[in-house]
Amino acid sequence: MTTAMPAAKTTLAISIKGVTAGYGERAAITEVNLDLAAGSLTAVFGPNGGGKSTLLKCIAGLMQPWSGAIDVLGAPVGVHATRVAYVPQAEQVDWSFPVSVDEVVAMGRTPRIGPLGRIGAADRAAIDEALERVEMLNLASRQIGELSGGQRRRVFIARALAAEPEIYLLDEPVTGVDPVTQEKIMNILDAEAARGRTVIATTHDLACAAQRFHDVVALAGRVVVHGAAQLVLDREVLEKTYGGHLVPLAGGGVVLLDDPHHQHGAHEGHE
Amino acid sequence: MNPIDFLLSPLAYDFFVRALVASALVGVACAVIGSFVVLKGMSFIGDAVSHAAFPGIVIAYMLGLPIILGGAVASIVTALGIGALTRRSGLRSDSIIGVLFAGMFALGVALFSSIPNYVGDLFHFLFGDVLGISVSDLLALSLLVLILLVVVRILWKELLFATFDPLGAGAAGLPVRRLDDLLLILIAVTIVISLQAVGIVLVVAMITTPAATAQMLVQRFGKMISTAALIGVASAVAGLYLSYAFDLASGAAIVLVETALFLLVLLVTSLRGRRAA
Repeated sequence: MTTAMPAAKTTLAISIKGVTAGYGERAAITEVNLDLAAGSLTAVFGPNGGGKSTLLKCIAGLMQPWSGAIDVLGAPVGVHATRVAYVPQAEQVDWSFPVSVDEVVAMGRTPRIGPLGRIGAADRAAIDEALERVEMLNLASRQIGELSGGQRRRVFIARALAAEPEIYLLDEPVTGVDPVTQEKIMNILDAEAARGRTVIATTHDLACAAQRFHDVVALAGRVVVHGAAQLVLDREVLEKTYGGHLVPLAGGGVVLLDDPHHQHGAHEGHE
Repeated sequence: MNPIDFLLSPLAYDFFVRALVASALVGVACAVIGSFVVLKGMSFIGDAVSHAAFPGIVIAYMLGLPIILGGAVASIVTALGIGALTRRSGLRSDSIIGVLFAGMFALGVALFSSIPNYVGDLFHFLFGDVLGISVSDLLALSLLVLILLVVVRILWKELLFATFDPLGAGAAGLPVRRLDDLLLILIAVTIVISLQAVGIVLVVAMITTPAATAQMLVQRFGKMISTAALIGVASAVAGLYLSYAFDLASGAAIVLVETALFLLVLLVTSLRGRRAA
């Protein structure tokens, strides 16, 4: 089903070959083949249960595929784990946990520092720069539960930035945030991709996927399509991805009736 | 008796001083490990692992081996068994914990009941006997607490990251599963060194209560541990004096002080309306 590859880019950051993975007896993704170039900015979209989070967790090494192989930065998953940053869905985080914004962002440096090591000058600089970029420097000493929804997302974006990774894996980074915060987060991800870092984000926001990402992957258990971001607005692609529960709108847009939560910006949850 | 005499007179007894030092050390160890246990929602595991020590203690007693060794082996095996069975069985961890908890304790009771004409130490196994702690036991306890604190210090950042966000930590290359297993071993060790002070039945309170009290008071993990340690040590000292003054079981007295402090802090913080979430 995979159609045209995105425009030629030289280095391959992630290569997924024939991957099937799931929970218990149920496969969430089946025979997934994907090549993602270094510096690509890719949105993964599709219905709830379509395997978006599963795909991300397999690339992150958090789930073992049943079959198939994944190479990250030219080696099997896990070899270059310190060069990968993963941002979990907001509701998977315990916001009552007694840590400050600064401490969470510092966790991005933990794998680099190693056991017993302390935060050095380079670590401090990376943490402060990350906080600055998400405009959270003034809130650094807040406990994370005291933050608004948008601020909470930005803390985890900052943690990923502080890790200075080559690959960003983000599970719904713009879900449930206001348009201004969404714009800020997307500007940062866009800048990282421009520097040659590879960004993969799951999303339910098709307008955001079309406008702010370079490439899209439509995932409904299998890869429906992988190509330029405009494909997200293609009627045939949407029907294949969401099973035809679409209502055309005047002006060319569509509304999906796949998931009643969707319009509230709800999330995909555990598959 | 004036208050100064009340505080000083028991210090003339070596056994009381040893009990004070032992209880304070246990209070610190339980606070450190308890903070991880509370934040990971593992209190029930603590209860299971402490009850699982019982068959180990009885077997060691029957074979004439050090009791603390038997308890440690049984606790660690059970703690790691809970982790392994949960990962393999597909059942919820609380079911596995409930099964092993009761099964191991029943094994201990069965073995104990097979010892002819012997019930003398049962109360001490179950409820602790810190006033009877020997010098060599105290030295062994101090060494174990020291090792525990050093391990946590070395892996502080890693344990914090893996406790707060196991997914992020795992993706960044931290060995989250091994850190989980290490934490289970540390819980088992903490429980075994606490058994002399409070016994199998009450040890879960030493781990859970001061840490839970501290979580209501502070908003940083480091401060939570130091506050919990302070509560643990203060409760141990106050509990021992109460036990001495009113001839109460020492472990129960310590746990009652901790429980009273918890309820007091709960009352004060809810009256203030803090941390409404």
